[in-house]
Amino acid sequence: MAMKSRHRKLALITLVVAILGVAVALVLNAFNSNLVFFFSPTQIANGEAPTSRAFRLGGLVEEGSLKRQADGLTVNFVVTDTAKSIPVTYTGILPDLFKEGKGVVAEGKLGSDGLFTATQVLAKHDENYMPPEAAHALEQAAKAQQTVVE
Amino acid sequence: MIPELGHFALIVALLLALTQAILPLYGAQRGNLTLMGVARPAAQGQFVFVALAFGCLAWSFLNNDFSVLNVAKNSFSQLPEVYRFTATWGSHEGSMLLWVLILAFWSTAVSVFSRHLPEDMAARVIGVMGLISVGFLAFLLTTSNPFVRLLPAAMDGNDMNPLLQDWGMIIHPPMLYMGYVGFAVAFAFAIAALLSGKMDVAWARWSRPWTTVAWAFLTFGIMLGSWWAYRELGWGGWWFWDPTENASFMPWLAGTALIHSLAVTEKRGAFKAWTVLLALIAFSLSLLGTFLVRSGVLSSVHAFATDPARGAFILGFLAVVIGGSLVLYAWRAPKMVTGSGFTWFSRESLLLANNVILVAALGSVLLGTLYPLLMDAMGLGKISVGPPYFNSVFVPVMAPALFLMAIGPLARWKEASLPDVITRLKWALGVALAVGLLVPLGLGGFKPWAALGFFLAAWIALSVLAGFVDRLKHGQGSLVHKLSTLPRGFWGMQLAHFGMAVGIAGIAVVANYQTERDVRMELNSYAELAGYTFTFRGTTEHDGPNYRAARGTLEVSRDGRQVATLHPEKRVYNASGMAMTEADIHPNVYRDIYVAMGEQLDDGGAWTVRLFYKPFINWLWFGALFMVFGGFLAASDKRYRIALRRSEMPKHVAAQGA
Repeated sequence: MAMKSRHRKLALITLVVAILGVAVALVLNAFNSNLVFFFSPTQIANGEAPTSRAFRLGGLVEEGSLKRQADGLTVNFVVTDTAKSIPVTYTGILPDLFKEGKGVVAEGKLGSDGLFTATQVLAKHDENYMPPEAAHALEQAAKAQQTVVE
Repeated sequence: MIPELGHFALIVALLLALTQAILPLYGAQRGNLTLMGVARPAAQGQFVFVALAFGCLAWSFLNNDFSVLNVAKNSFSQLPEVYRFTATWGSHEGSMLLWVLILAFWSTAVSVFSRHLPEDMAARVIGVMGLISVGFLAFLLTTSNPFVRLLPAAMDGNDMNPLLQDWGMIIHPPMLYMGYVGFAVAFAFAIAALLSGKMDVAWARWSRPWTTVAWAFLTFGIMLGSWWAYRELGWGGWWFWDPTENASFMPWLAGTALIHSLAVTEKRGAFKAWTVLLALIAFSLSLLGTFLVRSGVLSSVHAFATDPARGAFILGFLAVVIGGSLVLYAWRAPKMVTGSGFTWFSRESLLLANNVILVAALGSVLLGTLYPLLMDAMGLGKISVGPPYFNSVFVPVMAPALFLMAIGPLARWKEASLPDVITRLKWALGVALAVGLLVPLGLGGFKPWAALGFFLAAWIALSVLAGFVDRLKHGQGSLVHKLSTLPRGFWGMQLAHFGMAVGIAGIAVVANYQTERDVRMELNSYAELAGYTFTFRGTTEHDGPNYRAARGTLEVSRDGRQVATLHPEKRVYNASGMAMTEADIHPNVYRDIYVAMGEQLDDGGAWTVRLFYKPFINWLWFGALFMVFGGFLAASDKRYRIALRRSEMPKHVAAQGA
């Protein structure tokens, strides 16, 4: 009887450990390949961003930079953190709150020619809302400029 | 005057909550019946005053009192009346007031439906709920007072966030909070049991219907949120793995594990310590969800508040509640006696597997939700964890649980026979495998994830059928008679499981076979998608109560036959100047046709338009509704009422003897 109960416990613990092990393996694997990092225009200009994997770019849409291609669906615009600017191209419908001079976050890949091809453009919430990534990029750029002046 | 009255009512409610918490808990410890007797009237009084405060805020919104800051910020004179009412809980302050109101409502419900509980148990449960009320009322009064005046008064309001002006949002927050806060009852029962040291089977029977009802409300709330996001955000998505969605999904996962482990504790006396821990976790996650959404640490559709004082308060409260309850647990749980044993293949072991998997899935969601926040807080850079992570972890982790879900209800308690279960389910396995292989081919191409989804959906649905066959084989009388005498607990479980099957089928189809197109459409030009032809008939000006819209007309036809005329809108709200896409949908049981306007391209009336074909999307909501209904049905099982009468009897007899 004692043996049986010990066996049972062992079997249960093995089961639990096995399930958790599988879950942890899946998590680690997914984490590695699916984390999306964020880079500011200054970081990209400094060559810190990868060209092999997708990442997020944030900042302000530069005034007067929005151009629409003849197909009506492809747009080009420039994202700036006031220090450096990165050209972006995107095919699709832009979100309601996408506007020149407002904050934006784009997810996509950086080409070797320096053009960022976005697969997703995020600009949501209310008029005065700034995506945290975009705000972060502006802050960093402002700080960098200050240190230069000093 | 009315806002001041509301403010005053909140202060009185806080005092009553303090009374409700301190006196009964102290009385229960000392065995003082008079002090314990304070619990019920204090809870009911607290509810009356919180309701009064809520009424005062609603009155201010309905009467456009723009001298109240909250009203000026979140309402607008042109806002339709129904939205002026729902704006009451559209803001941070208002939604916390709703939280407190619902907590007071649950406390009152416990005070009314707890006559069968031993007096000290009832006093402790209501007292613990009083403690939670104290925390939230203090939070409202110190950091989030909804009645703050604005002097001089605003001429008009800033308007409610247009995204929230939808009737899905009218009922989503109350339902979600009924679920979130409902877990406070399970939490209070667990704490009361730990305090009293009486961890018997009766405890599980008392808290089970409450937990099931809270779970059903939470399911409904999450479903409404998903349905709202699908219709209102204009992107056709129904689940984004957004942190605010995860915030409500994590308590749901814990609650789902809890209602299953409660079944084991009630029926077999096993898993006691684990069940108590799950009850603590479920409510802790509800609090964590509230913290995530309400403190402004996230930046998402729901998270409007950005005030560090609030974040610090909720975080501190969270630490006290979670830390305190875990310390109590560590102190008392080792004293719990484990129930009778079971073999490796039994209903207990299957439910244990269910629990382990649900908790593992919960852990993966928690990690994906908190990891970016932790990285950010520690200054290690900004990262985001998106749907690819969650899909590649959550789906494979949950699939075995869904497979076992079909076997569990057919396995006996304590010791089940594997050959017997195989005999009863082998036909179901065969049919499910065939469905998994053939249906994807019929839908236009084999896809492994779709195949897995159809297999699991068919497997679960057929096991529900097998469960009924099993129950109806024995006994006398007609089929209808036999069906009507099956316990509601059984019906509820089977309905909920069947709902899961329906939902999985919906997800499998829509995730794998939906199609979409972004197109440029000239006046009277057409585009094709999934066999449907969409003809653009231009836009007209349309004035809403508080917005102006360009209203498009698209004729949808199939094989030359008219199917629908859709009117998606591009709105600009008067007060905020905010633009919003209002999609239009033609639904039926098998598919939605979903159309949203992009932008006007030129003066000639050309627009970009987004077209979606969403097969089986509505099965998701149907499935969730089955689960909700199943939950309510199970909670109304006669067994709980019989138990109630039985436990009343000795008390009555004892009173006569005394």
